[in-house]
Amino acid sequence: MAIGSIPLRYQISIDRDRCMECGRCVENCPYGTFRREGDRIVIDSRNCTACHRCIAMCPRDAITLTEHPCDYRSHPIWTRDARESIYNQARTGKIILAGMGSTQSLPPIFDQILLDACQVTNPSIDPLREPMELRTYIGKKPSRLTLRRREDGDVDLETELSPNLKLDTPIMIGHMSYGAISLNAQLALAKGAQASGTFLGTGEGGMHPAIFPYQDNMIVQVASGRFGVDVDYLNRGAAIEIKIGQGAKPGIGGHLPGEKVCADVSCTRMIPLGSDAISPAPHHDIYSIEDLAQLVRSLKEATEWKKPVFVKIAAVHNVAAIAAGIARSSADAVVVDGFRGGTGAAPKIFRDNVGIPIEAAVSAVDQKLRAQGVRNEISVIASGGLRNAADVTKAIALGADAVYIGTAALVAMGCRVCGNCYRNLCPWGIATQRPDLVSRLNPDLEGEHVANLIHAWTMEVSELMGAAGINAIESLRGNRDRLRGYMLDEGMLKVLDVKPAGA
Amino acid sequence: MCGIISVVDRAGNLMDGSKIKLALSLMDERGSGEGAGYAAYGIYPEHADCYALHVFFDNIIEARAAVEALLRAWGTIVHDEEIPTCDQPNLKKVHTPWRYFFKPDAALMSGSSSSEEEIVTSLVMKVNTTVPGALIYSSGKNVGVFKAAGWPEEVADFYRIQDYRGYIWLAHNRYPTNTRGWWGGAHPFNLLDWSVIHNGEITSYGTNRRYIESFGYRCTMLTDTEVVAYLVDLLARRHGLDEELTVRALAPPFWDEIDAMPEKEQNLNRAIRLAYGSAMMNGPFAIVVATHKGIVGFTDRIKLRPMVAAEKGDRLYISSEEAAIRRMEPDLDRVWMPRAGEPVIGRVY
Ligand code: SF4
Ligand code: SF4
Repeated sequence: MAIGSIPLRYQISIDRDRCMECGRCVENCPYGTFRREGDRIVIDSRNCTACHRCIAMCPRDAITLTEHPCDYRSHPIWTRDARESIYNQARTGKIILAGMGSTQSLPPIFDQILLDACQVTNPSIDPLREPMELRTYIGKKPSRLTLRRREDGDVDLETELSPNLKLDTPIMIGHMSYGAISLNAQLALAKGAQASGTFLGTGEGGMHPAIFPYQDNMIVQVASGRFGVDVDYLNRGAAIEIKIGQGAKPGIGGHLPGEKVCADVSCTRMIPLGSDAISPAPHHDIYSIEDLAQLVRSLKEATEWKKPVFVKIAAVHNVAAIAAGIARSSADAVVVDGFRGGTGAAPKIFRDNVGIPIEAAVSAVDQKLRAQGVRNEISVIASGGLRNAADVTKAIALGADAVYIGTAALVAMGCRVCGNCYRNLCPWGIATQRPDLVSRLNPDLEGEHVANLIHAWTMEVSELMGAAGINAIESLRGNRDRLRGYMLDEGMLKVLDVKPAGA
Repeated sequence: MCGIISVVDRAGNLMDGSKIKLALSLMDERGSGEGAGYAAYGIYPEHADCYALHVFFDNIIEARAAVEALLRAWGTIVHDEEIPTCDQPNLKKVHTPWRYFFKPDAALMSGSSSSEEEIVTSLVMKVNTTVPGALIYSSGKNVGVFKAAGWPEEVADFYRIQDYRGYIWLAHNRYPTNTRGWWGGAHPFNLLDWSVIHNGEITSYGTNRRYIESFGYRCTMLTDTEVVAYLVDLLARRHGLDEELTVRALAPPFWDEIDAMPEKEQNLNRAIRLAYGSAMMNGPFAIVVATHKGIVGFTDRIKLRPMVAAEKGDRLYISSEEAAIRRMEPDLDRVWMPRAGEPVIGRVY
């Protein structure tokens, strides 16, 4: 029996009284939701992805979008998603691909953690009047200093410090490759990062010459496909990141669909035009922790020990022990990517089921590193689904040195989290290589938006710190005493090392 | 709000405790009658080479036997006695204060140049975390802490503080908020040679505690002040920083100030902030830390708690209030308000 067509996911309607038939919706929708027939705009709602481009561009506010206008019989277990995945796979016999982060309705732990503020016994600090320090250094820190005071009172520093990245804010932008996103999008992010005194990851896509002016704010990535990697690339970055895994799809490699591999992408990645760029699941030269340590050392040698090397791992059950192993290598930072992390394309089954939340992962990592006395050996960067300044503050109080944002930075450039990044049709010029779509994104303007977002969050973090009577980010880091759990179970409170509200 | 006062005679002349009692009592306003304490250096000259362990016992049968068994396992008890006290009408004697003059057997702790101190530190941690009904609250050589829940004058009279003669005195009057007014929670805090009095609240406590615990210290007193003693012990004794550099690590200059320094100083201060970021103390505080060599007073980086210093001849005073200092010495040579984060150092010559 044929399955037939499934109910519409989104329904678009046009208020015909308001519409002036200008045709902007037709031009703007790359999915073919609108077409003109005579002087009438005809709608094919089945093509809609809820990217909101038409709604944003309609000069008359004439367009309305309804999600799930016609639903299935409700059932608590056999949800719409469960049924439709089966129809899809019955038809195609394939693994389902999805873009963006997990759509599971599990509550973010961040929302169940509350922050502290001062009352009476200690004064809060007003960031407008008093200095508030968010400067963050990422890299190895000595666990003790050898200082010698000379006869004349001068102090000699005898300990040699490893190179550290200096950030004006604890907020960095994570890795999104040229290929997965457009050059204009990457340029905008780079401009935003540079203006904010912070850093941005190249992703596994090499570095396009247009990005060279921003290379001092770039962290270059070496992933299992080694796309775009040569010594020139390594030397251009301010730091190097080895990507072992990604929160959205732990345990599997990367996949850039061939449609996105245009001439420029193929040059930057050093792969043939139009070919799928597939990064294997493991690095084929890393089968154990000592292999990783060796790769860290090789990259350090290649760059004369001048660059910090990060290792990015997906937050999995054993993340703390893995981080402790990484801390014992020459690596300078470990990036822990939680299961809510975004992605250009991931098998849905992974995105929604594999890995653990960043809140639990980062606290486990921080505690393990401290218990083993190696916390100074390595910086911890938390990433994966951070949505606002409170999430950033909580992640730091749970033990992170800094955070990566990804989706949030894309949203600042217009992304509507529609989840169709793998189709090369992003109407906002972000996750696409189609020149007409890419040209929709103005790197100067969007760079400013990204910088605004980081600036605003940074101010909010300082306000939250000031309210908690803290004027340097060092004193927030790992300060779980300033957090309280709300409606979290005892087991989770223990993992987070946070007391319940009221305690 | 709490009141603190400290004095050092840099020539090493001894002072009895009668004046500091007067000075602390003047600041009764700053306390709530739930905790006060005194510490003095130089009070046990006849046992100067022994560690003087002051212990609060809930009972002197099981708890005392357990402590003594541990002490005997790790060294020799040269002398011990109940600390003499004198009943006060409003002060309920909930513990029996005891003191041991103890010589650790260095041969039992191998591989460390400071093994005697390691033994005493680990004994303190062990007793305080594992022996119910016993708390070692003072453990240095030729130094002693005397504290209880009560007003300054009551606590002073309870211990007959005027009978002790020391060249350094610290005193503290407590207005408890973090913990009930229990004896162990009163100041001064002491570990080995370090004693601390503290007015304020450390908002970075969670960070500091986790940092210090990763070096094997155990915070057992439920209050933020003990963490100061352990941080100072770590930086000054174990890492060998001098007083000024220790204070620099605990209350470092702002980045703006560091950026304006000449390069060499910049590198030094940056290194201190990088290495000891988790030791940095935040929140409003005025603190005096003492060792047998002298006292250091400092405040938080924006001076949210008062601290005043004064000098008269060989004597250096640090206090929450000038009036308290004048109660000890009306005719001062110099009185000044130290700047935020700037240490006041009084070294014995
Ligand atoms: S953009 Fe708006 S006004 Fe223009 S044709 Fe489409 S619906 Fe009508
Ligand atoms: S980047 Fe584009 S395609 Fe991807 S979710 Fe955002 S708007 Fe949709």
